[in-house]
Amino acid sequence: MATYSTNEFKSGIKVMLEGDPCSILENEYVKPGKGQAFNRVKLRNLKTGRVWERTFKSGDSLDGADVMEAEMEYLYNDGEFYHFMKTDGSFEQFAASENLVADAKEWLREQDKFQVILWNDQPISIAAPNFVELEVVRCDPGLKGDTATGASKPATLSSGAVVRVPLFVNEGDVLRVDTRNKEYVNRVR
Amino acid sequence: MCCGSTRGTRNTSTGFADIDTPSSPPSWRPNADVAALIARGQLLADIREFFRRLDVLEVQTPVLMPDTVSEPMIDSIAVLGGGWLQTSPEYAMKRLLAAGAPAIYQLGPVFRAGERGRWHNPEFTLLEWYRPGFDDQQLMQELASLVDTLLGAAPYQQVRYGDLVARDLSGDAADLAYAQACAARPGRCFVTHFPRSQASLARLHADGETAARFELIVAGVEIANGYHENGDATQLRGRFTADNARRRGLGKTAINLDEAFLSANAHGIPSCAGVAVGVDRLLMLQQGARHIHEVLAFPALD
Repeated sequence: MATYSTNEFKSGIKVMLEGDPCSILENEYVKPGKGQAFNRVKLRNLKTGRVWERTFKSGDSLDGADVMEAEMEYLYNDGEFYHFMKTDGSFEQFAASENLVADAKEWLREQDKFQVILWNDQPISIAAPNFVELEVVRCDPGLKGDTATGASKPATLSSGAVVRVPLFVNEGDVLRVDTRNKEYVNRVR
Repeated sequence: MCCGSTRGTRNTSTGFADIDTPSSPPSWRPNADVAALIARGQLLADIREFFRRLDVLEVQTPVLMPDTVSEPMIDSIAVLGGGWLQTSPEYAMKRLLAAGAPAIYQLGPVFRAGERGRWHNPEFTLLEWYRPGFDDQQLMQELASLVDTLLGAAPYQQVRYGDLVARDLSGDAADLAYAQACAARPGRCFVTHFPRSQASLARLHADGETAARFELIVAGVEIANGYHENGDATQLRGRFTADNARRRGLGKTAINLDEAFLSANAHGIPSCAGVAVGVDRLLMLQQGARHIHEVLAFPALD
């Protein structure tokens, strides 16, 4: 794997830091006129999603990380692992452990597509799309004509997620939901 | 985003569309928009007017000279065929002072290898002036008046280097602490009393421990570096020799001492104070530019 010197750092470059693969978000060159030059770097830890800030001496280098992003279709859960398949026509399959899908788990629905980050050909992060469309499988009956804002009730979606929805939503409705904040967006049908 | 654009891409904040692809030839278009070009022209005119009123003489010394500075953390660009692009006109201007020149200023390009970033370009515009008879405090006042003229009036604080950087820090750790303290400083602030180890070309204060060197920080950015000049040729030779020892320790080549400059000091340079000001950064602050590329017609690309 290549190494990257601070002067090659730029947004999107994947490097190894403290044993974890990271993606560089920002790199700022800082140098007092007559002093040592530094690079103040923001990186996203691709395993945890946390943003790290580190300062390097200019000229220092980091090993590159063998990281790639791929779109994959969720196939099934065998009770232990969650199975995904690349959508690039290769039919290549990957198994992901429970804690890896943690954030995306309640949005998993068979045949839906997810962004998977692979490090050394192993999935390390699985992200749900920002918006999903899912059917309501359980909620209290809708109140006809009630379109008042503010009032809401819980609804269970076909993926298992529970979101707050307006009172007029019924079982069988298909909703558009923002997975980042678990917010109802609108009724699709 | 902070970092330099790469070949074939444009800084969209300047208003030019991002029309190039990496495979297309480099764009002929300037990076700075027309408003930034006009602002630069006006800034240069305002600086010249400021010094005309003060009766300070504009001089020109070469950008290409046979010798260059030995500063360990400044890398000069060597020219094929001989000589170095100057990192500052300091040595040449002091030779003019030794020959009897009055108060002088120079406004022009200087070069520092490898310096690229939001506030750095390998070629940039430096304003440098020397005031025979002034000390560092008098020159700080004159610099404040220039900055007020260009950026609008504002109050100035003075802090000592030792107030920003813990005493027990040295070397890179001290440089980093200093850079961070400056970046966090709002408003306009003179940093004074640099430690003896960072005296550079400044004389020492009576305490023998701190140097009559100052920097001006505006909105967290280093704008100027000045000295109550040290004209002692023997001391300067000692500092340059120490610079070269440090350069070797860093794996850098030693720099031939500028004997013409040292001779001028031996001959005698009038007691004076001098300061160098980053003109592009002043322009950035005046125009609210986020990146130095926004105020440069043709920034150095990777």
